[in-house]
Amino acid sequence: MEKFRYIDGAAILKLDQAVCIGCGMCEIVCPHRVFKCMEKKATIVDYDACMECGACATNCPVGAIFVNPDDGCGCARYILNSWLAKVTGKKPSACGC
Amino acid sequence: MPQVDTVLSRADHIGTIGARTGIQRDKYTITPGLYCVGKPTADSPVLVTANYKLTFDALRNELGGMNVWILVVDTRGINVWCAAGKGTFSTEEIAYQVQRAKLMEVVSHRELILPQCGAPGVSALKLKTACGFKGTFGPIRATDIRPFLAGGKMVDETMRSVTFNLKERAVLIPLEIFLLLKPLTLTLVCLVLFSGFGPDIYSLDHALHRGGSIILVTIISVLAGAVLVPLLLPWIPGRQFWLKGLLLGILVAIFTVLRFLPFVGWIALTGMALWAMSVSSFLAMNFTGSTPYTSLSGVEMEMRKGLAIQIVSALLGLLCWLAGPFFL
Repeated sequence: MEKFRYIDGAAILKLDQAVCIGCGMCEIVCPHRVFKCMEKKATIVDYDACMECGACATNCPVGAIFVNPDDGCGCARYILNSWLAKVTGKKPSACGC
Repeated sequence: MPQVDTVLSRADHIGTIGARTGIQRDKYTITPGLYCVGKPTADSPVLVTANYKLTFDALRNELGGMNVWILVVDTRGINVWCAAGKGTFSTEEIAYQVQRAKLMEVVSHRELILPQCGAPGVSALKLKTACGFKGTFGPIRATDIRPFLAGGKMVDETMRSVTFNLKERAVLIPLEIFLLLKPLTLTLVCLVLFSGFGPDIYSLDHALHRGGSIILVTIISVLAGAVLVPLLLPWIPGRQFWLKGLLLGILVAIFTVLRFLPFVGWIALTGMALWAMSVSSFLAMNFTGSTPYTSLSGVEMEMRKGLAIQIVSALLGLLCWLAGPFFL
């Protein structure tokens, strides 16, 4: 994915190294190789590659990782629908993916 | 024997699948439950997947000559990654399907091979508590399942990383176009109707003549935003999608000016150019939902600026297009 970089600094991703037990689950599940486990602690090695899929947070056994918890899949159509829903007061319709 | 039932039900469903050849994406599902490939035994691995037929086919296509179980969970016909993001490919759902299929009685081991892309929705740790089966995250792509199982369930860095190569981008384009057909047709009809207004109030001849040129510009802009942006994605400068689309939109605008300069007044020409840019930019922005690397925060960030500019540009463009004939 070297060719594909999205907006730097946009993703909401936090790792609390004090809580981390270095199990390596985040390193396993991340589809963009954001984490690296070194000396029994995970480290964010490529912050801007994060797409907020949430795999790391879901699989962290000690809750050391926080990812943007907003629903949705990073899809413009979904965001547009949810904005429209705010205006009309209706439930947002899905993006279809 | 539970194996017999699953074999039969699979045969039933393959027949049903064969009958469904339409492009009905919403109903492209298979029945959740346990399926077997080859002649699996109590020791054979269990692969978990979604009930979207494309996903299921991609998996079984890679399993020729192997003896494995496939546990299909109900994601309402959505692929693993999107379903995991939406919470239907989840720890609870997998645990439910494990119990429903009585997997405890079918296999002697207690391990489920999960697609790595299911990780946003499935906690391997909680799965163990929920159903007694340990979750092991396999590779991202079904094509890597064979080396994964043969090589002692080792996964290397390439198997763990998503890709987005030209072929992977190209296969997404038909759906983008398909979803556009209805709103696009409606837009084109409106554009032609509006093109008839002029100093002589309304002229059908005018509508058809001017309408033809705005249709051409709109279609080229659609192709730029929904076809060229996905294809040329890594080579178009910039990171924000609305800007990538805008860039191609500017090229369409330049073409428009060169093509229609002798026939259309400069106000209408400005209108066409603005319209082209906003159409291309908007459609490129929409493609964010199809990529495997854009974050929700990022998309929201670019949409706040992008959408405002697209709306202003489109409205201004249409206004100029309408006003054009009055200033000739």
